[in-house]
Amino acid sequence: MFTDDAGKGGIAAGGPGNSENSMRRTGGDLVQLITPAGERISHPEFDPWLQDVSDEQLCALYEDMVVIRRIDAEATALQRQGELALWPPLLGQEASQIGSARALREDDFVFPSYRDNGVAYCRGVKPEDLVRAWRGNASAGWDPFTVNVATQQIIIGAQSLHATGYAMGIQNDGADCVAVAYFGDGATSEGDVNEAMVFAASFQAPVVFICQNNHWAISEPVRLQSHIQLADRASGFGIPSMRVDGNDVLAVMAATRIALDRARRGGGPTFIEAVTYRMGPHTTADDPTRYRDANELEDWAAKDPISRMKSLLERKGLLTADLEAAVAAQADAVAKELRAGTINMPEPQPLDIFKHVYSTPNSWLDRQQEHYSRYLASFGDPAEAASEEGAR
Amino acid sequence: MTQMTFARAINSGLRKSLENDPKVVLMGEDIGALGGVFRVTDGLQKDFGKHRVVDTPLAESGIMGTAVGLAYRGYRPVVEIQFDGFIYPAFDQIVSQVAKMHYRTQGAVKMPITIRVPFGGGIGSPEHHSESPEAYFTHTSGLRVISVSNPQDAYTMIQQAIASDDPVLYFEPKRRYHDKGEVDESVDLSSALSMEKARVVTEGTDVTLVAYGPLVKTARDAALAAADEGISVEVIDLRSLAPLDFATLEASVRKTGRLVITHEASQSGGLGAEVAASITERCFYHLEAAPVRVTGFDVPYPYSKLEMHHLPGLDRILDGVDRALGRPNSLSGLEG
Repeated sequence: MFTDDAGKGGIAAGGPGNSENSMRRTGGDLVQLITPAGERISHPEFDPWLQDVSDEQLCALYEDMVVIRRIDAEATALQRQGELALWPPLLGQEASQIGSARALREDDFVFPSYRDNGVAYCRGVKPEDLVRAWRGNASAGWDPFTVNVATQQIIIGAQSLHATGYAMGIQNDGADCVAVAYFGDGATSEGDVNEAMVFAASFQAPVVFICQNNHWAISEPVRLQSHIQLADRASGFGIPSMRVDGNDVLAVMAATRIALDRARRGGGPTFIEAVTYRMGPHTTADDPTRYRDANELEDWAAKDPISRMKSLLERKGLLTADLEAAVAAQADAVAKELRAGTINMPEPQPLDIFKHVYSTPNSWLDRQQEHYSRYLASFGDPAEAASEEGAR
Repeated sequence: MTQMTFARAINSGLRKSLENDPKVVLMGEDIGALGGVFRVTDGLQKDFGKHRVVDTPLAESGIMGTAVGLAYRGYRPVVEIQFDGFIYPAFDQIVSQVAKMHYRTQGAVKMPITIRVPFGGGIGSPEHHSESPEAYFTHTSGLRVISVSNPQDAYTMIQQAIASDDPVLYFEPKRRYHDKGEVDESVDLSSALSMEKARVVTEGTDVTLVAYGPLVKTARDAALAAADEGISVEVIDLRSLAPLDFATLEASVRKTGRLVITHEASQSGGLGAEVAASITERCFYHLEAAPVRVTGFDVPYPYSKLEMHHLPGLDRILDGVDRALGRPNSLSGLEG
């Protein structure tokens, strides 16, 4: 009973039309709009939310997914080549991230986990900024306020509360933007995620919880986290939820739009379970062969988000040689930019360690910095020492 | 000058901050209609509304985590932790998020969050209601930690804490809530003593006695008692626990040559250890004797009928002063 039916082609038995009643659905059957074979399935409840998605936009979604997969592959390669200390691949989760991120408005604010690099990319984070922290050159890659994306969260689920608090602030401001928390299946066991849902429901805060159920929390399967479907947990908090095929970019986009619209109109929080699969390791330091079956990987490979989108475009006659060439060129260009940006990233300086601990001077730290500075200086000028060495 | 209780002084400072800055938001359990279990927020929700004085669900991590989100949105949350012993569920959010966010984001995201913690014992409470957890937080980089000992400081320093762009833990000595004192509510924050500065509250020449929060009153009483025996004790109210104001401490110890530190918290790894080690490093040749710590024992906070054995009282502090001065004391004849 813990297996889900993502990609099996089941059509959700959604309620009729867009009545508020059916909109406030909780969990239920998996919503799928594009089958693994690339067939577009109509859905009375979700289709109205996609009416404006043009052929051009379908192609753009495809391009986004190809590019982010390429970024992911390039970053993994950079890690293998010693240029990054670690990388958390998102392989397989492209539709969940692109479909949701492309539904957002610029003034919405995202609170992501460490694996949500596809989301960050869509928000305008530069390729080298995606890897800055993984190279060890900083703790965070970007200024959150330039892209409205908080610093990536490694403490599992902690960001769900930040999103909820941010949403409470939106409410106080009388604004109609939305805070969005991204987390995984493992995070749903964390107290913070549960507390976030309590607060979000109590205050009817404009927050959307996007849970990418990728089936694995490092080596622990989702059935260890929950005895019921993750989407069904939300009903206990009085939060409407949707359970969508996370490898279907349109289903994810429609669900996100429904949730955002509800939040903007004062309807409070929504929980979206995007059922997907982590095709790669937890991080580049992980070895999934120790804990999962190769057959499972094969099953999910058949439900790949990009190949199904490609099939959809093909069926619609949109997959031209020009498009494929343009998408490949874009992926190559971004990968090249990522590689160059990584390798040429300026090294942090030793005394940077003391920067930004406080926003105002701190007498303890100033003293430690001064002492360490003197210690470093006691070795003399490194450039001078090197030239003396050469003269010998 | 107005005569008011310690609790009222904090209330008045909170009110002033709410009036002066529309981004100040109070959050906590029972702080609205009830006015907090100690009535510190009495009347504030009525006057400023439910969106500025927010009764939260009973989830400390939730309170702290949503405060982080509000700070991201440009607010200045003031969080009340109902009792010292209830802060631990919020520990991760405080240590991993509140304290580090500015550092993690290279200064892009400020966390101007004030965390009010009624702390310390002496009120006959059941377990988890009398703790002194300050050292967990002084050990955490990125936090400022202060403790107030009198109504005037309580009034002034709550406003300084709220105005700080860094997160501040504000430890309130709950057993002093009903003590009264004169408070000048017209005090100008910019010219008031910085919340990072310690204050010499009793001048003396023979021994430096360092205290903070609830024990400042006890230390002053001890200094008066010592004076009867012809011993001149200089009492320093630390006020700021992180960073420590070493300039004030050093000046005093250079004068007296002797140091006694007292706190309710357990001894090992506590503030006393930090003060003793740092002063020894900085003023070794001025010290006439080893620094002395008079603190709570390394035990869980005891049940209330025994708490007066755990809490440093006037006599134990005087015994510590005797030890620092080499006078006969309870440990006379023991090595080390």
